Amino acid sequence: MEPKFYIFAGHFGSGKTEVALNFAIGLAKQGKKVNIVDLDIVNPYFRSADAEAVLKEHGIRLIVSAFANTNVDLPTVPPDLLKVFYEPDSVTVFDVGGDEDGAFALGQYNRFFVKEPYEMFLVANTKRPMTPEAKDLSDMMTVISCASRLQFTGIINNTNLGAWTDEDTLLSDYEQIKILSDQTGVPVRFHAGLEKAVSGLPEAEREKAFPMQIYIKMPWQKDI
Amino acid sequence: MSEKVLMKGNEAIAEAAIRSGCRHFFGYPITPQTELSAYMAKKMPKIGGVFLQAESEVAAINMVYGAAGAGARTMTSSSSPGISLKAEGISYIAGADLPCVIVDIVRGGPGLGGIQPAQSDYFQATKGGGHGDYHLIVLAPNSVQEIVSLTADAFNLADEYRMPVMILGDGTLGQMMEPVDFDSIPAPVEAEKDWATTGTDLKREHNIINSLYLVPEGLEAKILERQKRYDIVTEKEVRYEAHGLEDADIVITAYGTTSRVVESAVKQLREEGYKIGVIRPITLWPFPTEVFQKAAETAKAFLSVEMSMGQMVEDVRLAVAGKAPVHFFGRTGGIIPTPAEVVEKVKEITKEV
Repeated sequence: MEPKFYIFAGHFGSGKTEVALNFAIGLAKQGKKVNIVDLDIVNPYFRSADAEAVLKEHGIRLIVSAFANTNVDLPTVPPDLLKVFYEPDSVTVFDVGGDEDGAFALGQYNRFFVKEPYEMFLVANTKRPMTPEAKDLSDMMTVISCASRLQFTGIINNTNLGAWTDEDTLLSDYEQIKILSDQTGVPVRFHAGLEKAVSGLPEAEREKAFPMQIYIKMPWQKDI
Repeated sequence: MSEKVLMKGNEAIAEAAIRSGCRHFFGYPITPQTELSAYMAKKMPKIGGVFLQAESEVAAINMVYGAAGAGARTMTSSSSPGISLKAEGISYIAGADLPCVIVDIVRGGPGLGGIQPAQSDYFQATKGGGHGDYHLIVLAPNSVQEIVSLTADAFNLADEYRMPVMILGDGTLGQMMEPVDFDSIPAPVEAEKDWATTGTDLKREHNIINSLYLVPEGLEAKILERQKRYDIVTEKEVRYEAHGLEDADIVITAYGTTSRVVESAVKQLREEGYKIGVIRPITLWPFPTEVFQKAAETAKAFLSVEMSMGQMVEDVRLAVAGKAPVHFFGRTGGIIPTPAEVVEKVKEITKEV
């Protein structure tokens, strides 16, 4: 049975939002009816709500707190979120806030997730200063699992250095990701990155390639 | 940690401070600088440092006052309304000639304003904020890598000149992620702190940390002595980045986040054949007056782009001294100017010159 819910969680700044946006757009391109839930109760900047226009273009429904990108620093969840659990014909992508604090918002929906098949991915970037090693990532998985009361089903390797990413970056700390996978029993499902990053993947890892685009632009990257 | 990492601006300030020998951080939470405090809270206990979340901004800055007086490399961070609360303490620290680093990740104001980025605290940072004849060295980075190097510089400058240094960022710089390399950051310069209250061992006169002077002549003498140091800072520590000034018709100036918006606009304008120069002040105090004076000999007009109603533009006008018109474009309240808006403004000015 195909999953109805795809949850993206991890350390803040690990790339959850961009991975979730790309995943949602991928599902929409397969002709599915897609919702994306911006469940970030932590970060007031750079969130999936910033990609509203491109989501609309792909017919994806954005469910987001009315206070996202406003001056109201309130950790609220969108009230209309519940409807995604009662729709028989849609799939929903959850972009969860960073760390266990962000995942806490997920816990209250536990009763719905246990009824339907779901996937929960850990988005991992070993170039983030707090999560360079398997142990840091495995600690992160534990606290997020506890806060959300959900189990991870996959790891997404999103190791990158932003603009300095090259062909070697994505697998540069793959040892650590493999140790994490071995120790937790959670499989590595994707290597996510820009075209350039995934182009360096060896044959054996190529089937896990998840080429992405960046949808959230910096203020100076806006079109003139 | 490997030497190349992907960091938020806020995290980068914290890590650079730690690498610069800062072991005493006192703060109080506020968006959009939170990741800085959070990083300090996680890291400091592991390296034998102090992270203390004070009961208020006022308490935090006075803890910095105490730690600085004892000769420690110390830091506090906040955002606009929090800096207003710290203003009294900053003035005391300046009045006691103590080194420290104060981070202001600016958000919209006045009042509680908002949590989105702004540059409307330029006046507060460069013209006082607190009371009295004093200055802060004000550093304005525009990338996460520059945040790292300027944070390291901030501690060295503070120690060298015995004065508080402010790192003036904005919400975007604090929150955005860019790759950084810690290999190239300036090394901490050991400063002799024979004025610090570290205990006399009964071998010397005790040191006094104080900003109260009972005799006006004494206070004036102290201020004049301090002014001499400010003159040296003004002479030696001015920093800016400039390009395209030689044949520029219009010189655009901006700092921090808006300087990157300006660069995008300038790229487009130059492709269309416009002759545009750029001056990006890196030290907001001391202000890079000379480069503006020189540019004013040939440029036909100046434009200051800010996330404010027009604050740095006043220093630009003072520097240009009437030799050319100085225009202003700004958005405020948490809105960032777009490259398209800057292009449009320049085209509007071109019609007039």
